[in-house]
Amino acid sequence: MSDCHSAPVATLSAEEKSLITVALVGPPNSGKSTLFNRLTGMRQKVANFPGVTVEHHTGSAVLDDGRSLLLVDLPGVYSLEPRSEDEQVTRDVLAGTMPGVARPDAILLILDCTNLGRHLVLAAPILHLGIPTMIVLNMADDLRSRGGKVDPFALAAQLGAPVALISAYTGEGVERVSEFLGSAASGTARRWQPIVQLPVLNNIPSCRAWATNVGGRASYHAPAPPIWTRRLDSVFLHPVLGPVIFALVVLGVFQTIFSGARPLMDGLQTLITISGGWVTQLLPPSPFRDLLIQGVWTGVGSVVVFLPQILLLFLFIGILEDSGYLARAALIADRTMSRFGLQGKSFIPLLSAYACAVPAIMATRTIENKRDRIATILIAPFMTCSARLPVYTLIIAAFIPDKPILGPLFGAQAAAMLGLYVVGFLAALMTARVLKSTILKSGYTPFLLEMPPYRWPTVRSLGLRLVDRARIFLRRAGTVILAVSVILWIFAHLPLRNGQAPEIANSLVGTVGRTIEPLIRPLGFNWKIGVGLISSLAAREVIVGTLGTIYGMEGDARSTGLQAALHQDLTIGGAFALLIFFAFAMQCMSTVAVVRRETGGWKWPIIQFTYMSTLAYVCALFVNQFVMRVL
Amino acid sequence: MQLSFKSAAGPDGHLAASKRHLAELRPGETAVLEALDLPDDIARRLMELGFLPGHSITRSHSAPGGDPRVFRVDGSEIALRRETACRLWVKPALIAAD
Repeated sequence: MSDCHSAPVATLSAEEKSLITVALVGPPNSGKSTLFNRLTGMRQKVANFPGVTVEHHTGSAVLDDGRSLLLVDLPGVYSLEPRSEDEQVTRDVLAGTMPGVARPDAILLILDCTNLGRHLVLAAPILHLGIPTMIVLNMADDLRSRGGKVDPFALAAQLGAPVALISAYTGEGVERVSEFLGSAASGTARRWQPIVQLPVLNNIPSCRAWATNVGGRASYHAPAPPIWTRRLDSVFLHPVLGPVIFALVVLGVFQTIFSGARPLMDGLQTLITISGGWVTQLLPPSPFRDLLIQGVWTGVGSVVVFLPQILLLFLFIGILEDSGYLARAALIADRTMSRFGLQGKSFIPLLSAYACAVPAIMATRTIENKRDRIATILIAPFMTCSARLPVYTLIIAAFIPDKPILGPLFGAQAAAMLGLYVVGFLAALMTARVLKSTILKSGYTPFLLEMPPYRWPTVRSLGLRLVDRARIFLRRAGTVILAVSVILWIFAHLPLRNGQAPEIANSLVGTVGRTIEPLIRPLGFNWKIGVGLISSLAAREVIVGTLGTIYGMEGDARSTGLQAALHQDLTIGGAFALLIFFAFAMQCMSTVAVVRRETGGWKWPIIQFTYMSTLAYVCALFVNQFVMRVL
Repeated sequence: MQLSFKSAAGPDGHLAASKRHLAELRPGETAVLEALDLPDDIARRLMELGFLPGHSITRSHSAPGGDPRVFRVDGSEIALRRETACRLWVKPALIAAD
């Protein structure tokens, strides 16, 4: 405490725009994001470029002398030829033609030096831009341990650009990058001064030959093949062991999402309930207190409670991705997924969707093929997310007797639950098939998947991911969910009669419920279910709390009072129809919001919402009419 | 090295050898890429990944069932589906690749 040295404090302020901007460019798997994380730490945010689905991170790097720069982590590209959206974005930003993004003042070109021959090809078009550039040769530790070498000074002399040999993973040599950032901040970073002739840019063989030539003159010796990666692959991609390990990994993720997260979620629920109790005691009785507790605390709390589950899921995905196993999982899943017009990389997002569609849709970013990515986004909400569970639990417990079917462990209720999972999964696959053979039909786009070497994931990188995801999730809970909870509570307590809140049936909410009743009557739903459906637009599980309020019972899926009340008030056809409705309908504003963000517009979320709601309505109608006539 | 394998091209092993495609490589086998029979933009994408005529390619692991397959090319491992691999024509590697 006593030794006070002027530690630089990170501040992202209004002056951000006037900061010197440095772009990080490099091929996929070059360790670009690892370096970005190391330079910016927690001072970063995710954003989408206007009008495109490509996301990018920006963050500030603070130099030792306290000056800061804005770093932009551009999408990984193999060339600057605009064939994919990623390449188009990178090219536009570097050319200064991306609206809202200034042309970078300097470039960090990150290349994997264990694969320098191929990666150095990208140096030609980047140096051609005439922006001060540092060539960062990453993975120096790997190069050394596998017996390769390169002379960074000889490379710098040839290319006329500074070269740093670093390991973003261990931090070795990163100070050279900071020095370059310092010179970029002072405006003294040198422009490219040609010593070697650059190749003709659109001739790939000549670019590749140029790279070999330049590498050779910098005494580049390619490293030996990664022995451990090959050993691990002979296990993970073994014809028999491979699929077994894959299945175990999937089951492990599932088990963690459902069972592992349970105590944490219960703990958080208790915390929310107890803190709600404290606030109740602190405040004098007033409508405001009721709004705060019944509206805000319960409404927002019912969503925040899913935070541990979502973070665990992202921890898993982070470990799988950073270790390199995700690429192998995508390879193993590809054949099965291709039968439905999808591809291997769709597998993990769809698995994630069993926890929650929101992180799943964010996880589709690993799919480069845009049409495959949109198709995956569109079917992800069909997967039975955990928010459907309280609804399913309530209705199944109220209407389906717990008779054993296959021994004492597998009863009618479990069968109903499993059936709903299967129904959602089939709807997803059928939808994918239809989409991929109609509006999202891709021309011939090959499936290309690079298998990165295996690596230990770092705590730092995993931690940054989790913070990122938690931030996004809580921001949503604090805005959309908060607003809906407050509006619902207010509408349930208006109009006031003699200063008293009305019975819920006579409130605005009740009026709305009765207005839509003719529409939902054929599905076997009454106005109370209608109110529940409207309130569940915020988040599916909200219907349980709403029905609790309407029936004057505890709003809890395990509440026997609520089960009995529903059993009295709803036909069996209506109950089955309600289950089917929840299996198919996109009753989740958070998902709509994230689809809008990830697809860069309202087109896809509107199509998706309309499609899913129509499917839900038609199927629920069919189920109710069928059950009414048959039973 | 004796090159012999089942091929529709008939008993003339040498002729068949010059008419093989990448999907026909056996695990661990190396061959030299001759031509990419693919639309221009896809061929260019593959060339950026190292599938350049004259470069040697080694068949590595594969997904269960044999599709997609992983190929070692230019210092990295790239997985391709069979539908893509069978459009890349190869000739035998005369010098053993290291």
